[in-house]
Amino acid sequence: MLLRHTSSEVQQRGALTINPAKTCQPIGAMYAALGIHGCMPHSHGSQGCCAYHRSALTRHYKEPAMATTSSFTEGASVFGGQANLVAAINNIFTIYNPDIIAVHTTCLSETIGDDIPQIIQRAESDGKIPEGKLLIHCNTPSYVGSHVTGFANMVKSMVTYFSESGSGKKLNQVNIIPGWVEPADMREIKRLCGEMGVKTVIFPDTSGVLDVAMTGKAEHFPKGGVTVEALKTTGDSKATIALGEVTSGPAAKALDVKCNVPCEILDLPIGLAATDRFIDTLRKILHIEVPETVTEQRGRLLDMIMDTQQYTYKKRVALWGDPDQLVALAEFLVLLDMEPVYIVTGTPGKNFLKRIEKVIGNCAFKAEVKAGAGADMYLMHQWIKNEKVDLLIGNTYGKYISRDEDIPLVRFGFPIFDRVGHQYFPTVGYRGGMRLLEMILNVLLDRQDRDCPEESFELVM
Amino acid sequence: MTVENELSPTKVKEELLKVFPAKVARKRSKAIVVNEPGASRQIQANTRTVPGIISMRGCCYAGCKGVVIGPTRDVLSITHGPIGCGFYSWLTRRNQTRPASDTDPNYMTYSTSTDMQESEIIFGGEKKLKQAIEEAYEAFKPEAIAIHSTCPVGLIGDDVHQVAREMSRQLGINIFAFSCEGYKGVSQSAGHHIANNQVFKHIVGRDDTTVDAKFRINLLGEYNIGGDAFVIEDLFERCGIELICTFCGNSDYEGMCRSHTADLNLVMCHRSINYMADMMETKYGIPWLKVNFIGAEATAKALRKIAQYFESASLAEKVEKVIAEEMPAVKTAQQDVKTRCEGKTAMLFVGGSRAHHYQELFREMGMKTISAGYEFAHRDDYEGRDVLPSIKVDADSRNIEELKIEADPKRYRPRKTKEQIKALKAEGMAIGEYKGMMPDMDKNSLVIDDLNHYEMEKLLEIYKPDVYCAGIKEKYAVQKAGVPCKQLHSYDYGGPYAGFKGAVNFFYEIDRMVNSRIWSYVQAPWQQRPQLEVGYVL
Ligand code: SF4
Ligand code: SF4
Repeated sequence: MLLRHTSSEVQQRGALTINPAKTCQPIGAMYAALGIHGCMPHSHGSQGCCAYHRSALTRHYKEPAMATTSSFTEGASVFGGQANLVAAINNIFTIYNPDIIAVHTTCLSETIGDDIPQIIQRAESDGKIPEGKLLIHCNTPSYVGSHVTGFANMVKSMVTYFSESGSGKKLNQVNIIPGWVEPADMREIKRLCGEMGVKTVIFPDTSGVLDVAMTGKAEHFPKGGVTVEALKTTGDSKATIALGEVTSGPAAKALDVKCNVPCEILDLPIGLAATDRFIDTLRKILHIEVPETVTEQRGRLLDMIMDTQQYTYKKRVALWGDPDQLVALAEFLVLLDMEPVYIVTGTPGKNFLKRIEKVIGNCAFKAEVKAGAGADMYLMHQWIKNEKVDLLIGNTYGKYISRDEDIPLVRFGFPIFDRVGHQYFPTVGYRGGMRLLEMILNVLLDRQDRDCPEESFELVM
Repeated sequence: MTVENELSPTKVKEELLKVFPAKVARKRSKAIVVNEPGASRQIQANTRTVPGIISMRGCCYAGCKGVVIGPTRDVLSITHGPIGCGFYSWLTRRNQTRPASDTDPNYMTYSTSTDMQESEIIFGGEKKLKQAIEEAYEAFKPEAIAIHSTCPVGLIGDDVHQVAREMSRQLGINIFAFSCEGYKGVSQSAGHHIANNQVFKHIVGRDDTTVDAKFRINLLGEYNIGGDAFVIEDLFERCGIELICTFCGNSDYEGMCRSHTADLNLVMCHRSINYMADMMETKYGIPWLKVNFIGAEATAKALRKIAQYFESASLAEKVEKVIAEEMPAVKTAQQDVKTRCEGKTAMLFVGGSRAHHYQELFREMGMKTISAGYEFAHRDDYEGRDVLPSIKVDADSRNIEELKIEADPKRYRPRKTKEQIKALKAEGMAIGEYKGMMPDMDKNSLVIDDLNHYEMEKLLEIYKPDVYCAGIKEKYAVQKAGVPCKQLHSYDYGGPYAGFKGAVNFFYEIDRMVNSRIWSYVQAPWQQRPQLEVGYVL
């Protein structure tokens, strides 16, 4: 047994997290910053954090994840990181020449209390920021929230630093804040909007940054990413659609306050109903017709669900991951007649519990849901030991439970270190819903084929 | 690709430095050396990373928890700090382990953390740490608990050592702490040292039980990535060599407690564990020997050295028998891969030992290392331990504790007399010595410490090596530039590469990489021949 010390006896824990279902803020800020074209994410702290974050992103994407660090030593930790950051800024612009540096903090610089805007000003007055080059920042103390908080903070900073309502008149475009999803998802959201005939600014946008084509030539700053010019126009957009309350809500609200751009905060368009709401919102706010082709995509997903319902019906599922994903995913599973009985996220948030309650509240099954302190994969495993599930949906770390308990695992969320596909094939939109359902069905049917008696081994399923 | 490069190494060095601001160029210049064996060239190492430069390095915590302490399966590690550090070091290092039975403890699949919140940053985290230790004890009932401090812990002033002592008394188990905050030192290296110190103080020597065996050894600095230690253990067993403990791979607490009963310490990764070898020699009288089980010839050499050290004809005989059993398969593979790999070039930038060890394997397959360097080594790993007295201790290293070790009044027992050591040395046995990487590298190869991303790209562009060895952060950047990259931290989830069997694995792995068809498909047909010659008339 890989997790041989996990017993079914749930003990009260108030201080020790075991096998976390979250990680720290800066990695989210780094991922978001990679979604700006020509941007170098910069980690202000000691170099270990940056090395860890880059490694985790690289393992997940199988792509270079470039970022720099202030490389604090003990001296910097005592006297503050100003000298290191100013030197770093100079070195980054000289050596790597990005258009923009996006600084985030770490536990260390936060505990010291480094004032980033003041240091940026200092770099500016010292002439370390070349003409036309830009610097933005956000605070990402890891002892607050989780990796998704860091993502949300960096996205919000894009608004605070760049959004302008310059021209006075509204542009015929909509802002889409896609939330912490994969490059493939961002690509799919753009495609779907394009199909609807909607002009969008999507930010951040990691497609073309973390799913770069092999050409034999390495580029520091690949083609993808939202441009600063585009970000500047977000203040003149007709509306903002924020996908995912936790990751995208704060930026959308900030944009409303700053530039008077009305916003709709929706769930991530994972599954049929959430995608419906996304499409319908676009229709309503822009007064457009939904093209036949989109309705057809919906019809295909619907068809697939109806054709295969017998295999998903009443299957008990344990899921863990990030709040925005979990809310939409749980809703989709309920629609498939599945039973998401255990739901865990390390990210704290009362609203999350309310949202989940709304999604599964009317269902016949009883669910255990936990968020924040004490909500870890160890606890979830203990629940599973008490009453088994048919399916696990979550990140790679679930493979240990999967093997020990002999329960199939569908990899979904962050991080996925041991399979490919998530970066290339979307799980959002109707087509993404079909892929998600296909993944679920494949493992369930494989399981049935493996476990059934020979006489009931089916050719046609 | 052969090295038919027009640029001289000195010119290449200039190229690498060109873009840097003057101050950075001056600093980096000292870390780039055109090698000349025998000329005792000095390299700058173990100095601060340049801020903003995209280094390969990690931090002190990674070196302590991730490298040295992590691989021992039954010492429970608790990360004291916010959640990230504990999360990232959770199972990402591939240290394989094999508990004796299904019920023996193995905590390596668990990541535990105090997940510090803002209130602890403000009011201190000692209370939460104590409670976390209690909860960990209740959940796991371990014999030993290791507490690892992350960046904020040192700043807010939590006394982790006091907490460890107190909880140790309360729970009656061995609990010790590491002040391995990420900002200590300049790289993982500081963490190795801190880990060595605490393991030596709190674990080594706790149990005097001596196994009845003739040739008792410890293996130091072998972390069992991809099962390397399993291969080496098997060789020892077949030779009749008794392995008391490995620091730290497939290792357990009990072995560490008894490690002082061994009669010889073998050192694999000099950088991460040489402190332990030195301290055990001073306190218990156990000599150490630098060995390398990477490479078939190197493995044979290491085994023979052990036999020579124990001055035993029967052991020597067994060793020769094992070598004779293993070598034919190696030779066959070697000849086979040479037909496809001979003359090809490699670069290695990784770790604190591997960049040296793996050159051996490339040599065995007829490949040439044209440039290499470490991520977090010191000058002695490049130039040899003879330079140790001349290394100046700077502000960043001064704060890493040097334990004052004395001979144990009761248990110090020199395993060899001064005369014996002298005689062995006269026979060519380098007891307590390490000559470093540079003497083993070709003249005019480039030796570069703490290589950064920019320099890496330039090297790739100028030399176009056939294979480049590094870690996960570099892997895909290298490959995007059209050069296959072999990870030497994680082995790209393959291995083992140690010993004879490992050598064969490595030969074929590199053969696969440097001769793969896929690299010739980078250009689409229409990119190779854009001109349309004959077409349909439409
Ligand atoms: S928790 Fe803090 S110190 Fe640890 S990796 Fe994250 S930012 Fe760095
Ligand atoms: S072999 Fe290299 S990577 Fe491994 S511990 Fe030693 S120095 Fe680190």
